[in-house]
Amino acid sequence: MTAQTVRPGDAAAVREFLAWAAAGKAPVEIVGAGTKRAFGHAVEAGYRLDLSGLSGVVDHEPAELVLTARAATPIAEIEALLRQSGQRLAFEPPDLGPLLGEAAGRATLGGILACNLSGPRRVRAGAARDHALGVEVATGRGELIKSGGRVVKNVSGYDLTKLMCGSWGTLGVLTRVSVKVLPAAEKTRTVLVAGLSPGEACDAMGAALASPHEATAAAHVPEAAAARSSVAYVGGAGASATAVRVEGPPVSVAARTEALRGLLSAHGAVEELHGHNSGRFWREIRDVAGPIGDADAVWRLHIPPASGGAVLDGLAEHGVEGYLDWGGGLVWCGAPATRAVSAAVRAQADAHGGHATLVRAPGALKEAVPVFHPQPAGRAALGRRIGDGFDPAGILNPGRMARGA
Amino acid sequence: MTLAMPKPDDRVLENRDSFLGALAAIVPADNLIADPVGLKTYECDALSAYRALPLAVVLPETVGEVSEVLKLCLEHGVKVVPRGSGTGLSGGALPLVDGILLGLGKFNRILEIDYPNRCVTVQPGVTNLAVSQAVSAAGFYYAPDPSSQIACSIGGNVAENSGGVHCLKYGVTTNNLLGLEVVLMNGDAVRVGGKHMDPDGYDLLGVLTGSEGLLGVITEVTVRILPKPDSVGALLLGFADLASAGDCVARIIADGVIPAGLEMMDRSAVRATEDYSKAGYPLDVEALLICELDGPEAEVAELSERVEAIARACRATTVRRARSEDERQRFWLGRKSAFPAVGKISPDYYCIDGTIPRGRLSEVLTRLDALSEKHGLGVVNVFHAGDGNLHPLIMYDAARDGDLEKAEALAADILTLCVEVGGVLSGEHGIGVEKRDLMGTMFTAADLKQQQRVKCAFDPDGLLNPGKVFPVLHRCAELGHMHVHKGDLPFPDLPRF
Repeated sequence: MTAQTVRPGDAAAVREFLAWAAAGKAPVEIVGAGTKRAFGHAVEAGYRLDLSGLSGVVDHEPAELVLTARAATPIAEIEALLRQSGQRLAFEPPDLGPLLGEAAGRATLGGILACNLSGPRRVRAGAARDHALGVEVATGRGELIKSGGRVVKNVSGYDLTKLMCGSWGTLGVLTRVSVKVLPAAEKTRTVLVAGLSPGEACDAMGAALASPHEATAAAHVPEAAAARSSVAYVGGAGASATAVRVEGPPVSVAARTEALRGLLSAHGAVEELHGHNSGRFWREIRDVAGPIGDADAVWRLHIPPASGGAVLDGLAEHGVEGYLDWGGGLVWCGAPATRAVSAAVRAQADAHGGHATLVRAPGALKEAVPVFHPQPAGRAALGRRIGDGFDPAGILNPGRMARGA
Repeated sequence: MTLAMPKPDDRVLENRDSFLGALAAIVPADNLIADPVGLKTYECDALSAYRALPLAVVLPETVGEVSEVLKLCLEHGVKVVPRGSGTGLSGGALPLVDGILLGLGKFNRILEIDYPNRCVTVQPGVTNLAVSQAVSAAGFYYAPDPSSQIACSIGGNVAENSGGVHCLKYGVTTNNLLGLEVVLMNGDAVRVGGKHMDPDGYDLLGVLTGSEGLLGVITEVTVRILPKPDSVGALLLGFADLASAGDCVARIIADGVIPAGLEMMDRSAVRATEDYSKAGYPLDVEALLICELDGPEAEVAELSERVEAIARACRATTVRRARSEDERQRFWLGRKSAFPAVGKISPDYYCIDGTIPRGRLSEVLTRLDALSEKHGLGVVNVFHAGDGNLHPLIMYDAARDGDLEKAEALAADILTLCVEVGGVLSGEHGIGVEKRDLMGTMFTAADLKQQQRVKCAFDPDGLLNPGKVFPVLHRCAELGHMHVHKGDLPFPDLPRF
């Protein structure tokens, strides 16, 4: 089916179009820059709502630590603006474009929030949703509503802002968002431990994150994934790498790096990455495409951090290999595109009380395997009732999160 | 009481005895309170200006009992008001005369402390402070620290998305929560999240946090715990005018410093707390800031230097740096005794809670003075300056005719002012009944209807805590309609896009 593209220029036009589509029960695929169209189930819709006309930063007040932008503003544009005042988006939004076969550097703020995607700093700074302060949304009822505001502390009505984050455009179309911004670190260093097994790495990362040394990221790349790194220290080491990052004022980073070196040397031989190499390493971890390689199917598992080692070991038995971020709480792995292996991946997530998402896969596998972790009946029904309240005609990204929904 | 609550259901009141009989079959006799003297204990929460006796108080001890009680209430059309410790300041646990008060106080066990995953699972009646105390010896703490933390329950913290003085750096409840078990009005127990970061599916954790007991009854909570910082430092900064103090706050933040706490008191708060607590505050100031910094010693030392330099550039008249833990505690002594101190100088006080953009601080405080004069009631201002959360304490005398009404009117003016300057009605106390009728200053009718549609997904019969948060209650059937007139569609001619 060839979809007709609709490109409104402002929020009022988005609202009007959705009112029209709802009246005719016409399904609509919602697209920002389209970098994550391959993530989630394919949407069968007669119309494609292209939001690229809703772009640009509306307001940035450095002393208020808040930025408001139209939904399809590129993350790159926002980060460039924030750099001018020494600030950043602390949740470290990943650029999954290359992982999903798209160009790098095009992801939009609305897209990142709608999918609630966060990078390595998630362990310390929180998720994308924790930084979303307020939203303007066009609902599937053809109404323009707002939630939240431009301040950090706010308990005024239900937090629909968070509900929008991670709803993949199935509840409403973000038209404008306000996000919390934070000072950028003056200095960054990364402490590396070579040669740990996944289990040992989880212990080491756990020790670092439980210490008062304020690690802002902790990841483990087994030997195979490490070999794909363009950072010479990591790629050429012929061993796994376990990395812990510290950021802050120079004097503090020096003190904490020293303390972490001492703490981690109990787990293995310790190295350090500075400025350029440190930045490059964490971008690779954040954006996934590098360390994951060319696997047919790419999975992401959210699990309790201490389970990271056991899950990676368990996956290895099925020919699935990957790496750990978030101190072990996030597993990225590449797997053969079969139903049997997919079931084994889901079983690992279930066994540890987490969930698994099929991020990249051939169309045939996505026909057979749900992209998002199946939910217990009660919670799934609750989700459908919430969806009915926002989009009673079921026109917004139908099927994106669950086929047949 | 000047508050309009939903009209009591006569049928429920008439059938009270048989309904109590059915409740008695679910919970032990000691956990069902129906006599007027026993009910009186529960007639209000910490917003004591509003009171009502509930139909009965039910104190379940198991998730099964919660589920059975809710199912029974659904079957009989009986309203339910959940309550934790009753320390809420917005009247969220104000009883309804035709509803039961569901007290979660007996859910008071810490279920699991999991250090490898840096989280703790508790029942909702466990107090906020008890979580930090349970993990303190191992070097951890739970970050949100509302001032009522000795008494307030974690379940209540989730319901109100509670904050405290350390939220600027460490976030409020919603940022420190990993998992919930919640029982819906139909008796179904639903689990959301767990020990992992980012639950799957819609962010129900996000929408349940701060939902003020209107969506479900929380029966289990998993929170993340943080390692205690290496060292903590504090500065006490006094200013001759509000504008300089406000400017200092803005410049600290703009300089890239995120303090662990950044508190402000105005002149009247400084005087009241100094008289009460003898903290040693300077009395010749219009505004006093407490800036707390935590982290490695080297960082605290450097940032303290930077803050001190900024304060001097902002013409601070007092600059003191705590030289010992004892001195740091003394800096906080006055701030932490603000409520009892005001209680000493005024028969009653009413604590307001709004958030404003930091940059509007001195303007808001100046206009607030004028409002205080207009209504003829004194106001003492304490303020989480770092995150813009204002807590004016309105002083009144409930025994004096018309004083409560004046206090309510002043409060409404202050909160309306917060919204007008780009802020919100509540930073951490919730809407409850207190700010319910002001929701229209912040939201359109369409905004509020969409919020109520979320409620309909959880509680289609509207039995959970009705009369709170929303000024107008719509029936779910009515909210479900989409008003579309086929004849006048806006886009007969789509290609113009």
